[in-house]
Amino acid sequence: MKPIFERGPSLPLRLFLAVLCSVGLMTLDRFTDSSTQLRSYLTATVSPLYYLANLPQAMLSDASEQFMSHQRLLEQNQKLRETLLRQNTQMQRLQFLQQENDKLRSLLGSVPVADSKRLVAEVLAVYSHPFSNQIVINKGSNDGVVAQQPLIDDLGVLGQIVSVGPTSSRALLISDTTHAISLRVERNGDHVVAEGLGQSDEVRLMHIPHSADIQQGDKLITSGLDGIFPEGYPVAEVVRISRNAQQPFLQVYARPYAQLDRIRYVLLVWPKAKPEIDEQIAPPDAEAAAVAGDR
Amino acid sequence: MEKSHRLYLVYLSLMFSLVLAVVPLPAMVKLFRPDWPLLVLFYWALALPFRVSIGTAFVVGFLLDVLVGTVLGVNALAYSIIIYFCSAHHLKIRNFSILQQSLVIALFLAFYHYFIFWLSHFLTGVVFTMAYLWPVVTGAAVWPWIFWLLRRIRRQFKIH
Repeated sequence: MKPIFERGPSLPLRLFLAVLCSVGLMTLDRFTDSSTQLRSYLTATVSPLYYLANLPQAMLSDASEQFMSHQRLLEQNQKLRETLLRQNTQMQRLQFLQQENDKLRSLLGSVPVADSKRLVAEVLAVYSHPFSNQIVINKGSNDGVVAQQPLIDDLGVLGQIVSVGPTSSRALLISDTTHAISLRVERNGDHVVAEGLGQSDEVRLMHIPHSADIQQGDKLITSGLDGIFPEGYPVAEVVRISRNAQQPFLQVYARPYAQLDRIRYVLLVWPKAKPEIDEQIAPPDAEAAAVAGDR
Repeated sequence: MEKSHRLYLVYLSLMFSLVLAVVPLPAMVKLFRPDWPLLVLFYWALALPFRVSIGTAFVVGFLLDVLVGTVLGVNALAYSIIIYFCSAHHLKIRNFSILQQSLVIALFLAFYHYFIFWLSHFLTGVVFTMAYLWPVVTGAAVWPWIFWLLRRIRRQFKIH
């Protein structure tokens, strides 16, 4: 019988090298900032695997569309038309309110809130690892996606982009243990910070003093203070408060509005890159110029 | 030389197991997903210990880290350690009956999950729930089938 490890270093030495490499990688990834770029490249390299993994599901949904009966298509079309009509009507009212709001804001001397660019993306992979709540979407730097970009859907805020490849990018969900988001209680404007717990249906509010005015059912919306998420999007609803005087803080749990475990389509929002300082140096549009002139 | 060993089939099967690890599944089923790459690696490390060993395990683990978004190197480290034990004892494990092998696999898988949890806990601070250990049970349950399938492939294509 021929020796098993006839070539190369011995087994323990190989293990030692592997351990050394992985500890180096972990330190690089966790405790330095240089890994974001590296991860983008790696994500780009492996993105064909995501497309491959998504193939069965894509084919299934294609097939079901293919074989959908004429009758059902007509029904669906009718329903969608009705929804569109209803929403367009609401939209008209919204546009009017938006204009009015802009006017009032300009009277007050503050910068009008401009509409930001949006893009719909499809989810390629929801990573199932219990320790990382992340998704991969099918839009990347070719579509103008940048890191730290917010991600929402029709129900609420989902998370933010963490690494970008040319055709796909990875997003961290608000339920991930490494994610925290700055929020405001809609009822009274109190600022809170919500951190993920690794569970798709619950986030925890950090450092809430016992005297805080917070109730079950309170709606939490983004505060815009973190500089990543635009202001005013719904995020979660307070579901559970445990008042234990022995704890230094209130234990407040909230349920995200978005169904983080069954995301299919997401909306990418481009943050308005208009910090106040830039505004004063070079007003980008006429209205802002007028505001600056008034000051 | 590469051609005569048909090693590309080994790498193809590993690639395929990585794809299986990221196939989107409903949330209910996802908890029970076996660790396909580890099981496939395990088979090849038992069958061809001089071809598939710690180096391959490290690369597959690293690819899994990239695919699933864990901290880079976590799975690479865990896979390397497990395949180290597997390679070191491959003669013993090979002689076990398939049921005994399943038990050994369960042991290795449990160690793998505890190890990953412990590392993630240290690196990102996660909390443990018993549900994380479901893949141990499903992994041990699918091992006989994986063993049978891969052995057929190995014999059919004379991979050595």
